[in-house]
Amino acid sequence: MTLKERLISYGLPALALLALFLVWEWAVYQFKIPRFILPAPSVVARSLWQWRSAILGHAAQTLYTTLVGFGIAVGFGLLLGWLVGFSALLYKAVYPILIGFNSIPKVAIVPVLVIWFGIGTVPAVITAFLISFFPIVVNVATGLATLEPELQDVLRSLGAGKLQIFRKVGLPRTLPYFFASMKVAVTLAFVGSVISETVASNKGVGYLMIAASSRFDVPLVFAGLLVIATLGILLYALFAILEGRLTSWAYRR
Amino acid sequence: METETSTTTQAAVEFRGVGLTYRARDGSTLALDGVDLAIRPGEFVAIVGPSGCGKTTFLKLTSGLLLPTQGEVRVQGKPVRGPLKIVGMAFQNPTLLPWRTTLENVLLPLEIVQPHRRLYRRNRGAYREKALGLLQSVGLEGFVRRYPWQLSGGMQQRASLCRALIHEPDILLLDEPFGALDAFTREELWLVLQKLCLERKCTTILVTHDLREAIFLADTVHVMSKRPGRLVARREVTFPRPRGLEACFTPQFLDLYQGIRGLIGEVREAT
Ligand SMILES: Nc1ncnc2c1ncn2[C@@H]1O[C@H](COP(=O)(O)OP(=O)(O)OP(=O)(O)O)[C@@H](O)[C@H]1O
Ligand SMILES: [Mg+2]
Repeated sequence: MTLKERLISYGLPALALLALFLVWEWAVYQFKIPRFILPAPSVVARSLWQWRSAILGHAAQTLYTTLVGFGIAVGFGLLLGWLVGFSALLYKAVYPILIGFNSIPKVAIVPVLVIWFGIGTVPAVITAFLISFFPIVVNVATGLATLEPELQDVLRSLGAGKLQIFRKVGLPRTLPYFFASMKVAVTLAFVGSVISETVASNKGVGYLMIAASSRFDVPLVFAGLLVIATLGILLYALFAILEGRLTSWAYRR
Repeated sequence: METETSTTTQAAVEFRGVGLTYRARDGSTLALDGVDLAIRPGEFVAIVGPSGCGKTTFLKLTSGLLLPTQGEVRVQGKPVRGPLKIVGMAFQNPTLLPWRTTLENVLLPLEIVQPHRRLYRRNRGAYREKALGLLQSVGLEGFVRRYPWQLSGGMQQRASLCRALIHEPDILLLDEPFGALDAFTREELWLVLQKLCLERKCTTILVTHDLREAIFLADTVHVMSKRPGRLVARREVTFPRPRGLEACFTPQFLDLYQGIRGLIGEVREAT
């Protein structure tokens, strides 16, 4: 990347973010919005600093449940995606169930999870998993199902078996689809964790926000939101970088 | 297992009354019909015929990628029941794997075909050298680290040719391997291919639209009719090898050329 490209790809988003905060700050003072409705960014920042050690602990908990749930989703999603993409029959059989399952709002499942596992870490992990595996399965399955017969023929004409065809063509071919879905899935996993924490936990950013809002400490609620958004962006960026490294061929770079 | 050993030398490839019908949702296509042919080990066969007559289908039948719907295909005496390991095929579209560099694409067969697959780790250096040598012989030495989309169409075809050759297959199937090349590069590659085939003595089937190419390279030229494809004529080419490009301008060559050209003309007109 040239310096100019670098400036654009990092500087521009930073500038936009700064502008957003400035407008927000200005609007709050201009229209005299009370802080229990919408706190100004400077107030949120102060709250963030004041509660930093508590926030850090809760953020670590949320990150932990998110990553564990997401990790399980990646493993499970890859496996199911490959299976479903490999066999047209399985695809037909399983797809409606997946769609149906994905339509269920995950908040509705949390109470059930609490009955089964109690409150805390386990339901958060499971919710993160449940909400994030679907895009992975669908993407990986699509990648495999749309594998060009010509590429398979190249391998078949060398006498390669099904497993070898999968390893040499199917797997690399699904990687771009997989990474694209990972970026979406990791942000979804955050949503899952936080949902579960707001309903059934005494740890995590979700819990922190619920507790703060019951005390009408709206600046702290917004601090929690900011933390989640930041974590989401960081993980998204991480997977975007990985994607760029591992599947540059798909984007012809 | 049948082990026929005829008194004459066993054919490398044998078609016995082979027909192939493609079945699709909106009706079926008879692509090949009643093809009978025997190819000697080491023979270089060229097949010419109008577009859509079933030449690619013929190669896929030979390699076992397709199974005949009528008759029988035999390779080295055994009926073909599935994809064969002893063939190397250069497809009509280069079909390089987009996530591999040119060099990695050429090395692909060695990762799959035995005994190379077993020896791959140990012999990696030697295999790389061999691949680089092949790539150099087709003029791609400067592009070994490039990805397929960074190559021109003709360069991709040349890489694909190297991939078909690298594991030294007994039977080489080439589907218009030089279709996207200019006349000069093409003639250069005729010489490269001739040299390789003479060294390795592999049986080769070349599908081409270029009649000069067919006559220059082949021992036998077959003419295929319009769809459904049948082999309607066979011409032996007896010029001594190695042939130089000047052979193309001898009266014998031109006679043969005119003769086969006439045949193809008749085939095209026939309804
Ligand atoms: N997968 C397929 N399904 C259905 N029909 C097919 C299929 N492949 C080829 N055909 C049909 O079979 C016939 C022969 O096709 P083939 O590809 O063998 O022709 P070809 O001689 O190689 O032509 P060309 O010189 O243009 O490459 C064509 O009419 C084509 O429409
Ligand atoms: Mg063809």
